[in-house]
Amino acid sequence: MLLEQLINGITLGSIYAIIALGFTLVFGVLGIINMAHGEIFMFGAFMGIIVTSTLKWPLWAAFLVAIAVTAILGYMLERFALRPLRGKQGVSHLAPLISTIGVSILLENISHHLFGAGNHPFRNSFAEINFQIGSITVYLVQIIIFVISIILMMALSYWLLRTKAGKALRATAENLETASILGVNTKKIIILTVIIASAMGGIAGILVGMAFNSVNPQMGLSMGLKGLAIIILGGMGNVKGAMAGGLILGLSETFVVAYGDSGYRDAIAFIIIIIILLVRPQGIFGQKSAAEGR
Amino acid sequence: MRQIGKKSLVLISALMLVLLAACGGNSSQSSGEGDKGGTINAKIGVISYLTGPGAAYGEAITNGFKLAQKEINEKGKVNIELVIEDSAGKQEQALSASQKLMSDDEIVALLGPTLSTEMNVVGPEADLNGIPIMGTSTTAEGIPQIGEYVFRNSIPEALAIPVAMEKAVKKYDVKKVALIYGNDDVFTKSGFDTMKEEVEKMDLEVVTTQTFQKGQSDYNAQLTKIKGLNPDLILASALYNEGAVIMDQARKMGITVPFVGGNGFNSPEVINIAGKAADGLFVATPWFSEKEDPKVQEFIKKYETEYGKKPDQFAAQAYDALYIMAEGLKNAGEADRDALRDALAEIKDLEGILGSFSFDKDGDVEMDPIVLTIKDGKFQIFE
Repeated sequence: MLLEQLINGITLGSIYAIIALGFTLVFGVLGIINMAHGEIFMFGAFMGIIVTSTLKWPLWAAFLVAIAVTAILGYMLERFALRPLRGKQGVSHLAPLISTIGVSILLENISHHLFGAGNHPFRNSFAEINFQIGSITVYLVQIIIFVISIILMMALSYWLLRTKAGKALRATAENLETASILGVNTKKIIILTVIIASAMGGIAGILVGMAFNSVNPQMGLSMGLKGLAIIILGGMGNVKGAMAGGLILGLSETFVVAYGDSGYRDAIAFIIIIIILLVRPQGIFGQKSAAEGR
Repeated sequence: MRQIGKKSLVLISALMLVLLAACGGNSSQSSGEGDKGGTINAKIGVISYLTGPGAAYGEAITNGFKLAQKEINEKGKVNIELVIEDSAGKQEQALSASQKLMSDDEIVALLGPTLSTEMNVVGPEADLNGIPIMGTSTTAEGIPQIGEYVFRNSIPEALAIPVAMEKAVKKYDVKKVALIYGNDDVFTKSGFDTMKEEVEKMDLEVVTTQTFQKGQSDYNAQLTKIKGLNPDLILASALYNEGAVIMDQARKMGITVPFVGGNGFNSPEVINIAGKAADGLFVATPWFSEKEDPKVQEFIKKYETEYGKKPDQFAAQAYDALYIMAEGLKNAGEADRDALRDALAEIKDLEGILGSFSFDKDGDVEMDPIVLTIKDGKFQIFE
């Protein structure tokens, strides 16, 4: 029972973490809260369904299609909703936030029309693979979700800290103008960031589809809000923080249900977030100076 | 100041006049349209949810009415004319539509409105005006109790759920149950209340009560807890969208016990979403499209040729409702509001496509719903 709930919590937490990674990347570089991230994630989930259920292609193709489609959505988001607002005189700092909210509503309505309301099943033989440990049923998907989230976190940390592109990205995050004077192609870096973040949303979408077998046009909103809470909990723009925050939220939600009252699931999970933030206002991994700098 | 006083005096007297006229209209109720060579001519007002997000319900309902109207009029004993008004699913629009219909003295009865919330405002008004009103899709508690003139032919949840529970409990020798319900929806909440009441009546042990919210996608935590407590039966008050996912995740986890659901769980979509995992769901419903009753199959065929799609529960309930009205008119012998009310209240064992129908003393439904279970990916009648 405890072990089963632990697995449930880690699975949920890993999914939260992957979504939060996309959030935190965009926030870290652009200082923008991308409210459309949840909807891009939802599109990734639907791509998975179309590819595996309708087209009957193998699962790896579903990942490729989902990554491609969400990357294109990410590019369009940057090109049409964010870039026109950047560096213009008199644009409120809230304008990009509002325009991403607009994109999120647009995407939700489009998916309503394209896929219809209601839940869509994700039927895939891969999602059925499981093994028994005593009375516990563990699904391969649950393990894969955890592994993928760890791999993504490590790859992202490595990329940000050790590669040239990552350095350029951090320089851009530090100061856009200075970085561009020093020869960093900031435009390209920003596009790259949004595309990578969106593609990660797409991966998360397919994983959720496989784990919970429920994909609907509204799923983006609640997941997006959770992702937002996690990056604040973990520290804005911090990759490790997104991972830790995701696991904390996932585990606390699960254990509230397991040992408390499921009616208070979200309430208690968010009370925990509030308490952590009272103790560490900058988030678990956040740095004070960085938080003040923005 | 004086002028204002004068003007308001004029206004008040004008209002009084309108009031007087209205009173006069009411007291000289419709009794015209009498028998002409044996046929009773009657106008019936329909209030339905025709525009807005729930327009599909209103469409099915009015289609059901129109189909029944055609058949009834062809038989020739009663000639019904329908006056259809749109409520848009809103209380205030339903009320004004009903007032418009009530003020027409030729209209002897009202059918609709679609939602229970609408009925809660329209019902008292109709009762006050002494016009019989019958809901065909209103399932909330207490609707027929609004007044003497308020009826319904839709089986309330409070009647359907216990029947399904009883059959499942007997078949599987259930001692312990787990409950799970959506706590952010009035409909699923009221279904849960009914389940809880019934559980107490049947003296079953509740091992746990779990909740979830609309649109949630992960139910593993709740289900793992339920699994650990080993119930014999799970009572789930959920709409089909969430319900199907709950069943899917439960079966994946290795929970094999049967589920009992409410009216919201009764949809072919459950099978679409959950596939094989939907096996073992019990629901009670008045409408089963695969019933081997020539009446039912004929209705489905006619409906399909007329409207190009399969009828659902709402179309079927509407279809039967107009037949009930026609029967009432026949028994009353004239198109009169009061005579019709008395005739309606006495309707007993009227055979319709939903089965044998009677009103109880309140004007509520008295009929045995069919218990369906999903087996091999299909809804089937549970013996």
